[in-house]
Amino acid sequence: MKGFLSLIDNLGRAVLRNVEEAGKILLLFFAVLSWAVRPPLKFKNIMKQMEFVGVKSIFVVVLTGAFTGMVMALQGYHGFRMFSAESLIGSTVALGMTRELGPVLTSLMVTARAGSAMAAELGSMRVTEQIDALYVMAANPIQHLIVPRIIAGIAMVPILTVVSDFVGIAGGYFVGVHVLQINEGLFFKNITKLVTLNDIYNGLVKAACFGLILSLVGCYKGFNTRGGAEGVGRATTEAVVLASISILVADYFLTAIMF
Amino acid sequence: MIQLKDIHKSFGAQKVLDGLDLNIEDGQTTVIIGRSGGGKSVLLKHIIGLIRPDSGQVVVDGEDITKLNDKQLNEVRKKFGMLFQEGALFDSMTVGENVSFPLVEHTKMTDEEIRQVVAERLKAVGLTGVEGKMPSELSGGMRKRVALARAIALHPQIVLFDEPTTGLDPVLTEAINQLIIDTQRNLNLTCIVISHDIESIFRVGHKIALLYGGKIIEYGTPEEIRASKNPVLVQFLSGSTEGPIQIM
Repeated sequence: MKGFLSLIDNLGRAVLRNVEEAGKILLLFFAVLSWAVRPPLKFKNIMKQMEFVGVKSIFVVVLTGAFTGMVMALQGYHGFRMFSAESLIGSTVALGMTRELGPVLTSLMVTARAGSAMAAELGSMRVTEQIDALYVMAANPIQHLIVPRIIAGIAMVPILTVVSDFVGIAGGYFVGVHVLQINEGLFFKNITKLVTLNDIYNGLVKAACFGLILSLVGCYKGFNTRGGAEGVGRATTEAVVLASISILVADYFLTAIMF
Repeated sequence: MIQLKDIHKSFGAQKVLDGLDLNIEDGQTTVIIGRSGGGKSVLLKHIIGLIRPDSGQVVVDGEDITKLNDKQLNEVRKKFGMLFQEGALFDSMTVGENVSFPLVEHTKMTDEEIRQVVAERLKAVGLTGVEGKMPSELSGGMRKRVALARAIALHPQIVLFDEPTTGLDPVLTEAINQLIIDTQRNLNLTCIVISHDIESIFRVGHKIALLYGGKIIEYGTPEEIRASKNPVLVQFLSGSTEGPIQIM
């Protein structure tokens, strides 16, 4: 009985802790909204973050997108061949990439690369008192540090998703048409027939939401770091885990709403 | 004039400040001494509004800053400069960008005017031609000098120093002490210095306050402090392990 009560007790505490944390992230989001519309916007910081989140993530996103498209074509070929529908591979890869894999894989890769760096950088600024120094100089850290990162996340993840969608379909084309000898005309005809602009738009809206999630979580964890180098490490790990899970959960609900 | 009135502050079960009272006089350097982990940095952060007390008042020029909202607090903070223990320079910015940060943020100076002021402030702390360097390229002593240049960039009335000489060799310690004395005198600043270094305490302080058990238990001029028979103060100044200060 005592063990059972202790289990309930721990479970209750964990729920409360998580609800409290979700509330704090939401409050940070509202603070970001209020600072994002207050001039002056820190354009230099925004451009710097866009370069970091976007330009510097292109290589990893291209690699991930290309191989995902290639493996989809390869796997699809074996399935579709059973009922002689190999020509549907092009549209399957394109639908899969634009609606689902493009936004999700891109944002997971950006989470690992840029979301973790946001948490580590802000965490390190917290433990070396650089964030306190901003307060002391009557400058708001949310305006200077967090708003540019959130704007960069929301703006750059959809752009990276477009890149990922394109190279994914190109990878599928390469494997489908040149390796598996599917008819090129049918490959493209089925793409244009079955993929609508809405699939692409909705995928990009998802990507923008995921960009918000990964940057908000990365900034929240970094900004609230406690306890020196160990704390920075913990914040970075927690940021990647929480942002990745949140992206996958949000993906389900966004898909349910949009498609 | 800064007045701390009956300040109480706890973190969880740990009581850090327990009814602390202290008056900081204008145009003087007040040194706050006390054992490590005794709440000196917490006290400093109360003075600039980085931490709010559980109860009590922090009065700066007649205004209780514990009652102010963020916007009002920022106006008060423009009177302050602060030199953090490790400098707290922004890693991603050059020395020039660090020192110019408060000027860009709070003045309408042109780029050329800012460049001139940055060069002047750096010269005032004994540095020239370092504007393009990154903080990681500087030695510990140089970082503290740059941080002081940034702290005085906006001509503040009050400058807070959080252990300015910790981790420096004796020569650099003396150089930083002299810098504090010169800066205070030349700009007629009110300085509040936290230090463990006994020589520095008597070198830079017009007034010295001993924080112990969450309260200021001794306050006076360097001569009065030297002459004090307070056993905590005597043990602290002599560095003895015997006495009322318990070693954990």
